[in-house]
Amino acid sequence: MEDQSKLARFEQSILPHLDAAYNLARWLTRNEHDAEDMAQESYLRAFKFFDGFRGTDARAWLLAIVRNTCYSWLQQNRRRETMASFDEEVHSIENEASNPAKLVLKSDDREMLKEALEELPVEFREVVVLRDLEELSYKQVAEIANIPLGTVMSRLARARERLKRLLCARLKEKPKDGL
Amino acid sequence: MDCKNAQTMLDGYLDEELDPLRNLEIEDHLHGCAPCSQSYSDRQVIRSGLKTDSFYFKAPTDLRKRIQRSVRQAAKAEAPASWLSWLRVAMPVAATALVVLMLVPFFAGPSSDELLTQEVVASHIRSLMVNHLADVPSTDEHTVKPWFNGKLDFSPPVDDLAKQGFPLIGGRLDYLNNRPVAALVYQSNKHVINVFVWPSNKTRQTSESIKAQQGYNVIRWTRSGMNFWVVSDLERNQLEKFVAMLKGQTPAT
Repeated sequence: MEDQSKLARFEQSILPHLDAAYNLARWLTRNEHDAEDMAQESYLRAFKFFDGFRGTDARAWLLAIVRNTCYSWLQQNRRRETMASFDEEVHSIENEASNPAKLVLKSDDREMLKEALEELPVEFREVVVLRDLEELSYKQVAEIANIPLGTVMSRLARARERLKRLLCARLKEKPKDGL
Repeated sequence: MDCKNAQTMLDGYLDEELDPLRNLEIEDHLHGCAPCSQSYSDRQVIRSGLKTDSFYFKAPTDLRKRIQRSVRQAAKAEAPASWLSWLRVAMPVAATALVVLMLVPFFAGPSSDELLTQEVVASHIRSLMVNHLADVPSTDEHTVKPWFNGKLDFSPPVDDLAKQGFPLIGGRLDYLNNRPVAALVYQSNKHVINVFVWPSNKTRQTSESIKAQQGYNVIRWTRSGMNFWVVSDLERNQLEKFVAMLKGQTPAT
């Protein structure tokens, strides 16, 4: 009786956010197969801890679990890419060379933007995904990424600045005509 | 607002996360600063690029089914697990209890209480059979009570109840519950009442409990650190009357 209603409540409030969960997992793991595993593991964890969910923001609650699940996976599977190498100061905005040229993005350049986003350090990538793809507020992003509200804005600034630089570098290398 | 401040606020402005005052300050700065204005439009370009559908990975349909299935399985596993684990603990306990309950009648035999009741009744019968009712035949409590001195390690309360219709006729030594006890003998018409008294190792008092055995009534209680066992062929209500009078003579502590 009790568990039946728990399952029903879970399916009603958490299951609809599967796309959000999968999208975040996909951007953090950078491949479909691991993203599916992460999503499934996250959902099982979410169900396990569902009794502890008292809030109203089911999507943010689920995404925090997805984020933690993915970070554990990253630490185990991609040692070279872990946050140990990430330093807020080293990646400060002053070090990001700003490109004075006007940025123009044609529709067939979007694949480059995608590559650029995948190339970002995971801490930058996640705030961009949560803010620009998931369209979450700074407050929600702060809760999911477990960082102060002010850090959300500064991290987004650095992330977008670096994204622009990576994109510009790719656009420059782009062959002008066809093959 | 200078460029450095504007650059750090630019994203908050873009994301509409700034308060109205900051928004005005940024707008003001962007109007007069070409590089910051450029940065802002670049961010807009990138953001609009990110907002296209191809950047948002939708979950494959079979993943949705798989997750739903595994969650339902987890829910199912959770539900019986709680009472299964309880059962795992409870089953051996229940089984052991059942075996013990089945074996108790074979091994336990009569309780010590039942044995003592039998002993008291036997002692009463014996006192009548062998004409050994009293070692000290006396109706005087002041003769009977001192007689026990030196024969017992305690001094039993001795009261004559002749006025109430239960005259004291004597006292004797007896042996019950693995110890020497005082037996006080009273009479009610032709009926003999034996009152066995010995010190109790329990401090708490207990009220009378009545038993009938082999046609005799047995009433016992604990009071003032003494066990009292009264046995007689007297009718139950008569014996209860006697007990009430005897207790009336013994002050509670």
